[in-house]
Amino acid sequence: MLRKDIVRMFRIWVQTFLPNVITSVLYFAVFGTMLGSRIGDMQGVSYMLFVVPGIVMLSIVTSSYANSSFTFFQSKFFMRSIEEILVSPTPSWLLVAGFATGGIVRGVMVGALVLLISLFFTGLTISVFNALVIFSFAILTALVFSLAGLVNGIYAKSIDAINIVPTFVLTPLVYLGGVFYSVEVLPGWWHTLTLFNPIFYIINGFRYGFLGLADVPLATCFTILGAFIALGIAVNWYLLRTGLGLHQ
Amino acid sequence: MTYALTIQELRKTYASGTEALKGVSLTILEGDFFALLGPNGAGKTTIIGTIVSLVNKTSGTVSVFGHDIDREPEKAKQQIGIVPQELNFNIFEKPIDIVVNQAGYYGIPRSIAIPRAEKLLKDLGIGDKMYRKAMELSGGMKRRLLIARALIHQPRFLILDEPTAGVDVELRRGMWEYLRNLTKEGITILLTTHYLEEAEQLASHIAVINKGMIIASGTLEEILKLYDESATFGGGYRGGRLEEVFLQLTKEK
Ligand SMILES: Nc1ncnc2c1ncn2[C@@H]1O[C@H](COP(=O)(O)OP(=O)(O)O)[C@@H](O)[C@H]1O
Ligand SMILES: [Mg+2]
Repeated sequence: MLRKDIVRMFRIWVQTFLPNVITSVLYFAVFGTMLGSRIGDMQGVSYMLFVVPGIVMLSIVTSSYANSSFTFFQSKFFMRSIEEILVSPTPSWLLVAGFATGGIVRGVMVGALVLLISLFFTGLTISVFNALVIFSFAILTALVFSLAGLVNGIYAKSIDAINIVPTFVLTPLVYLGGVFYSVEVLPGWWHTLTLFNPIFYIINGFRYGFLGLADVPLATCFTILGAFIALGIAVNWYLLRTGLGLHQ
Repeated sequence: MTYALTIQELRKTYASGTEALKGVSLTILEGDFFALLGPNGAGKTTIIGTIVSLVNKTSGTVSVFGHDIDREPEKAKQQIGIVPQELNFNIFEKPIDIVVNQAGYYGIPRSIAIPRAEKLLKDLGIGDKMYRKAMELSGGMKRRLLIARALIHQPRFLILDEPTAGVDVELRRGMWEYLRNLTKEGITILLTTHYLEEAEQLASHIAVINKGMIIASGTLEEILKLYDESATFGGGYRGGRLEEVFLQLTKEK
């Protein structure tokens, strides 16, 4: 199933990769290059270097989410080929694992691609503070959002239902989660509000991996990620096991 | 005697309020060819959906070769091959991939699945199209692809939901022949249909369903006897349409 997913992904790579890449290029151009020259430094590093982790994370979040929500929705609605799996003895947890890994693979690949592109804007310099932290945050984040996307895909009754969440929930959360600024620069109440945004912790941990800078401790970031993963697995497993949103 | 299928007091009310099954009980012996006869909307697909766990039942129990579908879903599913009424494969994939991927869901390695799939597809007469996209297949070929997919994990119990609906006469005969051979190999078959002739030709046991209830069941002879007594259409039922028989049965009640 994972293989099927990856094959499918390559087959439609034009649709899956290009939009992410194009928007990322725009972000780098607009925020990094143009704004960066006015803003100057953020927490002691050049603005361009500061936004790179956030934009990479943005692409991981949206692409892993889109991959599992869309793949599942498609196999449920257009061809009903999800029934092939549902009638087989494939246990629910394996189904979750298959779709989640598909999302991870796509999320991490798109993230890597965007990172590669960022090199053109940062003048080939990249700061790596802790590669292990970068890598584990990339994977865990992709996992969280492919699980979330899967819930969305299982429940969705129409194609709109899988577009609404990314547009109205995900993207704003990512923007407000400190992609473009350090929360230090925010006024008090806004700062407090940001602390309730899970994506803030993800971007923070990820940025720490690159730059060694963080607004909150790394352990907090990992704990929050872990909690969301557990929640995501539990919800998906429950939905598939009971057939909620799937069986009549 | 082993039962391939045991259904007790199965009820299903859809969220829309439709009471599709009103307490269905039936058993199928291992090795039997069993036909479930009924007009459109009788509840045939709902029964099958429940057996393969695509439909959540409201109440009742179902077990497949002694494995309760709620308590041992994986063991029950392992025994079943399902040919659904509606096509449900990805038409952009190739038949060979569709069948081999299905094997993967049953944990069969590709090295075993590929030759097995090739043989199945050839036997079913779509050998020369197996590396083309599935959407290039004709309607009858798509149905046969569903049969190949259902057999890839060598199930002991094959369920076919109106496999010959909309298939031309010649092809239908070919399909019957193929199914008869499967029974000879010891595979238990449950087939739904609304053609009396089909049930007559193939099945050793028949259950007639109407409006979510089994209204008659038994061996072919027993059912025929039942109709003989009430027949007013002078033996015209042989090879005739089920609807005629239904008119008789529903008039009585
Ligand atoms: N998903 C569904 N939601 C609501 N009602 C349904 C659904 N599927 C079938 N039904 C209803 O249940 C009854 C039995 O349908 P079905 O099992 O498909 O009959 P058959 O396969 O014998 O033609 C019909 O009245 C049908 O309208
Ligand atoms: Mg039907």
